[in-house]
Amino acid sequence: MTYEHPEAIVCPGGPLLIRGNHAVEDPDGVPHGTTRPVSAVCRCLKSGSLPWCDGTHKVLPKEQRPS
Amino acid sequence: MDLPTPRGPLTETLFSSLRSGDDFFAVLTTLVDAQPDDAALALWTLHQLHYRDLTAVPDDLEWDPQLLRVRARLERDLEQRLRSRFSAPAGLSFVADFFDWVAEHDGASIAAHVHRDATREQVLELTRMRSIYHLMESDPTAWVVPRLGVRAKAGLMELLFDEYGAGDPNRLHHRLYARGMEASGLDASYGAYIDEVPLEILEQNNAQSVFGLHRRLRGAALGHLAAFEATSSLPSSRMVQGLERLGFPQEFVDYYAEHVEADAVHEQLAVHVICGGLLAEDPQLEADLWFGAFTALDLEDRVARSVLARWRDEEAA
Repeated sequence: MTYEHPEAIVCPGGPLLIRGNHAVEDPDGVPHGTTRPVSAVCRCLKSGSLPWCDGTHKVLPKEQRPS
Repeated sequence: MDLPTPRGPLTETLFSSLRSGDDFFAVLTTLVDAQPDDAALALWTLHQLHYRDLTAVPDDLEWDPQLLRVRARLERDLEQRLRSRFSAPAGLSFVADFFDWVAEHDGASIAAHVHRDATREQVLELTRMRSIYHLMESDPTAWVVPRLGVRAKAGLMELLFDEYGAGDPNRLHHRLYARGMEASGLDASYGAYIDEVPLEILEQNNAQSVFGLHRRLRGAALGHLAAFEATSSLPSSRMVQGLERLGFPQEFVDYYAEHVEADAVHEQLAVHVICGGLLAEDPQLEADLWFGAFTALDLEDRVARSVLARWRDEEAA
């Protein structure tokens, strides 16, 4: 059997995990290169370190978290 | 590492036996009435035999049957106490409901105090006490790797690879903490401040070693990991701001800044990939995942309450 090993994982209510090296644009269109084996891309757009997740989604009201 | 200062009859007997390499029977007789602080330091020291050199203690005592018997008694007592504080949440799925459950069980926060109110001396004291864990960060969890099935093992290695610097020794997390300590004028050799460490922090460390060293408790080890990672990103942001407010060196700020983004990744990996993978292979371990997660939050809450209460009393005096 082959195990699933997706390049991207959507975390309900939280970030998008991406594996490997990528350039991710912040909201101003500036590209940021990944620096770790797996990176968490912010989906709530409230992170203090965009484009990366910093856990801020956890303090948002549920209806403002990404689905 | 030098042996700590004994905290009672058990550690007095144990440490003199460790130096002489014999007379472990006397250690067993002092176990029964050992006070919590004495018992916790004894267990912490016995675990250290598995991690590093202890000055003047023969290396082969790591697997001495009498000492293992002492260790097993102390570990059994600790596990019983931890389990007696825990009740499994009913009707929740670990993977789907974990983050909401953590939000509901969040306890006292030292990071919130460091963010706005702590003095420089309090942060230095906290740094010395926390060094008992952060200078061996992730090491207890690394024991778990060979005990896992394919999915959880690959997932845990993906997380640990990042914890251990992804091949770059300068990015290894416990090395980042050592650099922060050194830049702040502290001694970063392991165990230098063990005599200052309170019972609650000894137990926090002992629980992680017990979970890591027992294959039976691999579910608890991974539940603990998930809760530990899930309560790190936001507090690390507060630590960054607190350390900047107090003018701590950049090297130390960098340690916590690294944990803001790293643990935002690790908490998701821990729940969805590692614990999800464990449950796919070993569904009966869900109760132990919750036990480990509860224990991580409960122990940190007890540490925070103890440290914050002492600082409040010192400020009032």
